[in-house]
Amino acid sequence: MPSVVSHLRSILAPLCLAFALMFAVAAPAAAQLSFKPTDQAVHEDKLLEALKAGEKVTGRITIPDRMAASLIQPAGREWRDFQRSMLPWIGGIAIIGMTVLLAAFLLIRGRIRIEKGFSGRTILRFASFERFMHWVTATCFIILGLSGLNISFGRSLLLPLIGPEAFSMLTHWGKLAHNYLAFPFMLGIATMFAVWVKDNIPSRMDWNWIKAGGGLLRNGQHPPAKRFNAGQKGIFWMVIIGGVLMSLSGWFLLFPYQAGDVTSLQIWTVVHAIVALLFIAGILAHIYIGSVGMEGAFDAMGTGQVDVNWAKEHHALWVEEEQAKGRTPAGAPPRGMPAE
Amino acid sequence: MARVKFLCDADRCIECNACVTACKNEHDVPWGINRRRVVTINDGKPGERSVSMACMHCTDAPCAAVCPVSCFYTTADGVVLHSKDLCIGCGYCFYACPFGAPQYPKVGNFGSRGKMDKCTYCAGGPEADSTPAEYAKYGQNRLAEGKLPICAEMCSTKSLLAGDGAIIAEIYKERVMKRGYGSGMWGWKTAYSDSPTG
Repeated sequence: MPSVVSHLRSILAPLCLAFALMFAVAAPAAAQLSFKPTDQAVHEDKLLEALKAGEKVTGRITIPDRMAASLIQPAGREWRDFQRSMLPWIGGIAIIGMTVLLAAFLLIRGRIRIEKGFSGRTILRFASFERFMHWVTATCFIILGLSGLNISFGRSLLLPLIGPEAFSMLTHWGKLAHNYLAFPFMLGIATMFAVWVKDNIPSRMDWNWIKAGGGLLRNGQHPPAKRFNAGQKGIFWMVIIGGVLMSLSGWFLLFPYQAGDVTSLQIWTVVHAIVALLFIAGILAHIYIGSVGMEGAFDAMGTGQVDVNWAKEHHALWVEEEQAKGRTPAGAPPRGMPAE
Repeated sequence: MARVKFLCDADRCIECNACVTACKNEHDVPWGINRRRVVTINDGKPGERSVSMACMHCTDAPCAAVCPVSCFYTTADGVVLHSKDLCIGCGYCFYACPFGAPQYPKVGNFGSRGKMDKCTYCAGGPEADSTPAEYAKYGQNRLAEGKLPICAEMCSTKSLLAGDGAIIAEIYKERVMKRGYGSGMWGWKTAYSDSPTG
C-alpha cells in the first residue's frame, strides 16, 4: 500500500506544480487585460461619425450574399432626396424649358422658309442605309426616352390619371422595352458614329457659322456649310457623347454589380438620369428644326431627297462638292408643291 | 395606434442567427432571400458586436419615396409594406434602402430581378389578412393575430425587440442605465432620425 501512495504522490507533485505554474502565468495576463469589452465596444454613433460620403457600416456575414455584410448605408437617403427633389427640377427645366424656348422661337422667328421656294429638282442627301440607321436609333430613342421619363415622373404625372394597376402594367412593359431596346440603340449610335464622323470634324468654317448665328435669326442670311453645319455637328457630337454616356451608365444598371456595389449603382442612376434629361432636351430642338421649324428639312430624313434650293441655301459647299462629283440633280421630276 | 419598430440591443446579441432561421421558416422565404440577417462588426477583435438587421420600417421610407410605381404603403402601425402585384422589380428601392432590406428572387440581368421581397414585420401585404394568397406572396400575418414578429419573439437573449417604438426604446434605455453601457440603437438615427440614447 505505501508503495501505491508514494507512487500517487510522485504523480501528483508535478501536477500540482503544473497547476501552480498555470496560475502564476495566468495572473499577470489578467492584469494586462486593460481593454474593457463593455465600455470600449463598437458604438454605432462613432461608426456613423467616422463614415465618409458613400461609405457604409460594414461587418461580417455568415450567409452567402456578401453584399448583405453592409449594415447601414446612409447614402440611400441622399439618393432618395436626389430622386425626389433634384430630378424633377432638372427634368422640368430641361424639357419644359426647351419646349417653351422652341415655342417662343416659332412665334417670333416663324418657320424658316426656303427663300427661293421649291425648285422642283432634288438632290440625294441621305442614302437609304443612313435613313434606316437614323430612324432605328430615333425610334429606340423615343421609346427609351418615354419609358425612362415614365420611370422618373410617371408616378406623379400618369399614375393619378390611369390608376395603379394600369400604370404598373404599363411601367412593367416600359421597363422591358427600355432594357431590350437599349441594344439596337447602342448599335445605332455606333453605326452613326462610323458613317457620319468624317463629315462632323469641327473646322474654322463652323466658327463663322456660329458667329453668324447659323442664319437662324434673320432671313436671307446663310453662312456657307459643307455637308453638316456647326449646328448639325453639335447635334452629332451631343448624340455621340450622350449616347456613350447613356450606354455606359445603362450597361452598369442592366448588369448590376459589374461596376461595384450599391453605391456605384446609385452614382450610375444619377448619371443616367441627368444625361438623359439633357439629351432629351437637345433632341427636342433637333426634332423641331427637322420638322416644324424649317421648310424642306424633313425630306432629308424622309425621302432622302432634298430640294436643290434648300440644299444651296443651307449647304452651299456640299452642293458644289456633289456637283463636282457629277451627282447633279439631272431632270428630276418636279415635286408636288404645297398648296399655300 | 402604436408606432411599431425593431430595436437590436447588440450588447445582448450572441449571433445565434435564430431570428434569421425563424423568419425563413415562418414565411417560407425562398432560397437566396434573407429578410433578416446578422452582421458582426469588428469580427474577432475585442469589443465586436453583432447586429440583427432587417427592414427598419423607416419614417419617410426611402424605398417608398423612390418607387416608380408607388407600390409601398405604410400601415397605421407604421409598418412599411408593398404590393407584389404592382412591383416591377426595377431595383430602385434597393438603391435607396439604407439597410439593404429589399431582396430579389432572380440574379438581376436584363431587369429580370422578379418581384421584390422584404421583411413585412410579420404583417403580410395588401391582400385580406391571413389568406392563402397573402401567405404565398408575403408569408404569415402574425400582427393580424395579435402576435409580434417571430424574429423578436424567438430571440433567446431578448436582444431583438419589437413592438411600440416608445416602449422598446424605454426598455433599452433602462438596460443601458442598469448595466452602464450600450452600443447604440442600431439604425434608429438613419431610419427614424431619432437621436439614440445610451
